[in-house]
Amino acid sequence: MSDLTKLSLEAALAGLKAREFSSVEITKAHIDACMDAADLNAFVTTDFTNAMKSAESSDAKLAKGEGGALEGAPLGIKDLFCTEGVKTTAGSKILGDFTPQYESTVTANMKADGMVMLGKLNLDEFAMGSSNETSYYGSVINPWRKDEDLVPGGSSGGSASAVAANICLGATATDTGGSIRQPASFTGTTGIKPTYGRCSRWGVVAFASSLDQAGPITRTVKDSAIMLQSMAGYDAKDSTSINKELPDFAAACDKGVKGMKIGIPKEYTMDGMPKEIEDLWQQGIKWLEECGAEIVHVSLPHTKYALPAYYIVAPAEASSNLARYDGMRYGERVEGDNLYDTYERTRAEGFGKEVRRRIMMGTYVLSAGYYDAYYLQAQKVRTKIADDFKRAWEKCDALLTPTCPSAAFAVGREVNDPVTMYLNDIFTVTANLAGLPAMSVPAALDNNGLPLGLQIIGRALDEETVFAASSALEKCAEFTAKPEKWWV
Amino acid sequence: MSEDNSGVTAETVKKIARLSRLHVEPDRLEFLADEMNGLLAWIEQLGEVDVTGVEPMTSAVEMAAPMRKDEITDGGVRDKVLANAPKTEAGYFVVPRSVE
Repeated sequence: MSDLTKLSLEAALAGLKAREFSSVEITKAHIDACMDAADLNAFVTTDFTNAMKSAESSDAKLAKGEGGALEGAPLGIKDLFCTEGVKTTAGSKILGDFTPQYESTVTANMKADGMVMLGKLNLDEFAMGSSNETSYYGSVINPWRKDEDLVPGGSSGGSASAVAANICLGATATDTGGSIRQPASFTGTTGIKPTYGRCSRWGVVAFASSLDQAGPITRTVKDSAIMLQSMAGYDAKDSTSINKELPDFAAACDKGVKGMKIGIPKEYTMDGMPKEIEDLWQQGIKWLEECGAEIVHVSLPHTKYALPAYYIVAPAEASSNLARYDGMRYGERVEGDNLYDTYERTRAEGFGKEVRRRIMMGTYVLSAGYYDAYYLQAQKVRTKIADDFKRAWEKCDALLTPTCPSAAFAVGREVNDPVTMYLNDIFTVTANLAGLPAMSVPAALDNNGLPLGLQIIGRALDEETVFAASSALEKCAEFTAKPEKWWV
Repeated sequence: MSEDNSGVTAETVKKIARLSRLHVEPDRLEFLADEMNGLLAWIEQLGEVDVTGVEPMTSAVEMAAPMRKDEITDGGVRDKVLANAPKTEAGYFVVPRSVE
């Protein structure tokens, strides 16, 4: 039998359905691969015993010609999604051995569709980070290497690393400022952040509620479409959930880009950005043109203000969301001299440095006398950023940009300078602020042999165009490179 | 853009830490003040944007707030609610004394 871990999710599902191999076989192959890949530190918690049980039950369904859209496929779940009976950490010490008594809507949807869950994937603490180095459970290592260990990006670093290393067929992820797309770009994988509200946030540990959105990281565009179809959908338990019928995302992948207008925003470039990223962007333009798209030049003048606005809005919302970690009802408690001292010591010891930094910033920008100057100003700038996109949509159907201003960097390199680290998300954060769907597609290797991604941004609720354009890019790029397997 | 241009001081950090319910050792206050000032200096560029007449964004996607019936749909799961508590007794959370 060929190596079952090398299949795309699409091919694996077809093979399972045709009974070419069983779920037990493909699950076992992935469990072995996971155990070999311990050096990547992609998992916080594995759940292989239950995975094998799910696989057996999937096989029983498949034998009867039954089963859901993900039946029998071994997948990974970012450890930000609450999973009933399986420890959920959000990459933080403060949650201790927190074991949810309920299931997030996204993972419930996937379980109903027959997913086999291999375990919970590592991430930056509370999804705050761009390198997966802020996790209490240690840094995740990128399967791609250049003489030294590289970061997989963040915050969904475990998801990206696991998918790139062929230890999960696909993985859930979340994206608040770029946390799906930047790690996808760093690891040669594909990932989409759908329109805000497509995936329910119920049962997903909250970071910045007006920006948080779940999506998949996979090895192909079609795989992302298949996973998103299962993850997304209206949920009355999330008041920001979109109550609209889901389009057929997989069908959209085959639509092509003939006659599509692709906008090129001139502001998506940065001082010090490697020339090869600029060149790759130009190559992407050529590819889409060759596929029949019409290229138009557009301007998104407020792009440079997106990151500073994000670093007001996100910490503000985080400071409010993370107020719940008080050591009283769940998670770790550090006893102090009195109630307040207990709160303060619990939170100081339970939260890592980056999380504490953002809680303090958020508290500051929301505090009396500063609210108008910072938070209100940032929310107004956010409107201006969304308006930039609205004007662009008068001229084009989707935008093509680089995903990130750099390739993966060395572990430990940038962590001491918050702003340098924040700049990783400069091209991705705009889509979060405006609530738009956006996808990263691996497009080439740089001079060091490291993957680089291109990003497609679409109109709100128009993931179909994003999938169509991303598929076209994927076909032209013919990105088949895989990291050399050093971790066994 | 802030009303007070003196920036964040050690005293401000102390106040913010208190509001955030984060214990900060006194010898860290100056360092944290510098760090916050660094970030705020970068954020100050937002002040350049003319936002006259611009409404603040309150929802990422334009949609009406959904209405639902005010009814009990969940409950009766005391043991589940307590399952992850650091300290419980006789079906209650146990917390430090809050009124002396």
